[in-house]
Amino acid sequence: MLVAQNITKKFPGVIALQDVSMELYPGKVNAILGENGAGKSTLMKILSGVYPDYEGRILLRGEQVNFNNPREAQNAGIAIIHQELNLVPYLSITENIFLGRELTNSWGMLNANAMKTRTQRLLSRLKLNIDPDTLVGDLKVGQQQVVEIAKALLTDCEVIIMDEPTSAITESEVEVLFGIITELRNEGKVIVYISHKLDELFKIADRYIVLRDGKTIEAGEMKAITQDELIRKMVGRDINVIRNNKIASAEAPVLSVQHINLKHPEHKNRELLKNISFNLCRGEVLGIFGLMGAGRTELLETIFGLHEGLSGGTVNIDGQIVSFRSPGEAMAAGIALVPEDRKKDGLILGLDVKTNIGLTTLPVMQRMGFLNEAKEQQLAQKYIGSLQIKTSSASQLVKNLSGGNQQKIVLAKCLATNPKVLMLDEPTRGIDINAKNEIYKLILELAAGGMGVIVVSSELPEILTISDRVLVMAEGCITAQFTAAEASEDNILKAAIPKTL
Amino acid sequence: MSLNTKNLARFQSLIALVILCIVLSCLSDKFLTVDNGWNVMRQISVNICIAVGMTLVVLTSGIDLSVGSVLALCGAITAGLLKNGVDVPSGDLYIGFTLFGAIMAGLLTGSAVGAFNGFTITRFKVPPFVATLAMLTIARGLTLLYTKGFPISVLGDHFDFIGTGWFLGIPVPVWISAIVVLGAVVLTNKTQLGRYIYAIGGNENAARLSGIKISKVKITVYALAGALAAVGGLLVTSRLDSAQPNAGISYELDAIAAVVIGGTSLSGGKGTIWGTVLGAVIIGVLNNGLVLLNVSPFWQQVVKGAVILLAVIIDKASSKNE
Repeated sequence: MLVAQNITKKFPGVIALQDVSMELYPGKVNAILGENGAGKSTLMKILSGVYPDYEGRILLRGEQVNFNNPREAQNAGIAIIHQELNLVPYLSITENIFLGRELTNSWGMLNANAMKTRTQRLLSRLKLNIDPDTLVGDLKVGQQQVVEIAKALLTDCEVIIMDEPTSAITESEVEVLFGIITELRNEGKVIVYISHKLDELFKIADRYIVLRDGKTIEAGEMKAITQDELIRKMVGRDINVIRNNKIASAEAPVLSVQHINLKHPEHKNRELLKNISFNLCRGEVLGIFGLMGAGRTELLETIFGLHEGLSGGTVNIDGQIVSFRSPGEAMAAGIALVPEDRKKDGLILGLDVKTNIGLTTLPVMQRMGFLNEAKEQQLAQKYIGSLQIKTSSASQLVKNLSGGNQQKIVLAKCLATNPKVLMLDEPTRGIDINAKNEIYKLILELAAGGMGVIVVSSELPEILTISDRVLVMAEGCITAQFTAAEASEDNILKAAIPKTL
Repeated sequence: MSLNTKNLARFQSLIALVILCIVLSCLSDKFLTVDNGWNVMRQISVNICIAVGMTLVVLTSGIDLSVGSVLALCGAITAGLLKNGVDVPSGDLYIGFTLFGAIMAGLLTGSAVGAFNGFTITRFKVPPFVATLAMLTIARGLTLLYTKGFPISVLGDHFDFIGTGWFLGIPVPVWISAIVVLGAVVLTNKTQLGRYIYAIGGNENAARLSGIKISKVKITVYALAGALAAVGGLLVTSRLDSAQPNAGISYELDAIAAVVIGGTSLSGGKGTIWGTVLGAVIIGVLNNGLVLLNVSPFWQQVVKGAVILLAVIIDKASSKNE
């Protein structure tokens, strides 16, 4: 159906893809796997017309095609649904779906009724029961994704590429998405599915194609391979997943949170957090699990002083009541936060490694009102070494680094403030297995060194791997607490599912 | 690698400037003379002061449209205080101002107006474009109120020295703009505030979560822009020996043009003071050349606009190759 032959794509200084060939079959979910930087995104961008210049051939239904832009690819029947959705929030579902291919009547005016009817039909086919006039901005992320799929179906696309479609949606939305994918597959469409989450691939994918360092390593039937074998092919060697077997010490808590609540910034009578209390000991790794919207991120942000004026309750550090009005004050008191979205909240992508690492500690890196650049360089070198950040130098721009290394820079920036409590929000989102394990190792080392660590995650295996203790949140409340020994996927999930659903 | 392309981009405008100079010296024998050189530098000194302040603001991904009016207001206040002092009729009180006092009052006014811009932008989340657009009108109105619509002239030789004098063989305005430029270069490269300015322009969220007090930095930056507009006001007023109520109209546009030609990104986080200086020099040389060549003032505007467009298009094309 869709065949790529000997594709090579070079960027200045790097060969992103080298002689990659693959075949994608109709009526199958074709999974593309690989670590970050393996070339998955580049390959997809070539297939969907984003990069028009490359070496090699692409055959669609046996004919060679060459797309100059995404529009041409789409007209030929290849649609891509990006990780970051490309919808206009202030337009309705109908307007988004028909954007750029509006139906008009003989007067050249928009034919609103026809568009609405067709949208209605598409939505009901995808089992999304929502008025087509709803603004896309008012939809949940999962629903927005369905709208993207509807957009692809409108043009009768036969190849639908999905880039990490489940990275931002809840478990129940994943179920819906998988239902849709299965149906499209049964209709004979080519589904290309890119994901880091191996568990997911075993549920949904029929075939796999593994990329590593810009080359195709292997392709085959999903049924014929095990998870461990896949990992080995992706990474190129065996890796041991670290397990945390330490028993939490019963020291006095380094952080104690009492009766935290938080009001919704727009709807003042809605509460995002309700009466949350917990303790964190020195050297303990506390995992906090919750589905999207459970209030996990908001909890960390509130402790970090980001919701001054909307929040109530007390925070104690080493037995002292503290109150922060800004992140600066929280950091001075010994709390650090690694935010959920490193590109949006963690890094200045256009600046270099050492500037980013030094950003939190500039006040102590001054001499007579001027920056002490030697000291800044030293600090950067220290963390490049200890966190094994792979960068050509401390002056490399952060945007040129891989996701895992970027995450380590955010971590370095936080560690530079010598925190007593380190809070990490989704610390391994969008980074590859190797880097994930390195981050886990670091977290455990830091805890062993006496730091209190909070890890918020929506990935159950992650929580189970590194936590000494697990808190489960749902709808702004803590619904359960488990020790590492008691915690299991079942009982955590059960506690995480909102009761009002 | 990124360093090389950065240097190349800087060379591009430098090369453009050199070519411009060569062409102009072929076309006019008056262009490449010492007198004309000082003349150009004196003329651009005002724009350099304003554009340096504008660069700082633009680096935080803001904009300051009020600088032209602030320039007029500060020039008027300095001139008015110097000439008339403050007269309080009811209290039978008269306060005279020394030259230094009047200048300080002008600079303080500029900083205060700028700080107010920063305050409305950070406290009430008014977009910088709107906040400073409002201030453009307010400051102009205040200038007209203070001067009652008439110029304040004949300000004395000491004051005129600022705009027309020479020191060690170099015009005083050139000294002043050089000090401003060097100060800003040090500020942006060697200080905490400079780092914070680039960080906020690069990613305000990340800067906030790194513990940077965004409001404090922004208010400081807008206050600096106001103060530098006031310096421009002093230069203009002194050179004319007169504070004109309609001085500085559309100066903000020349300043923004210099910033943009100098390669600073209007979305913030990227750019240099040296780039802006180069931008201001290019505009100044162009203005001067067009006058020397007797090009009609109407055409001058067209050419200037075209150069701005061209500069930005070339900059975009070259940064794409990065």
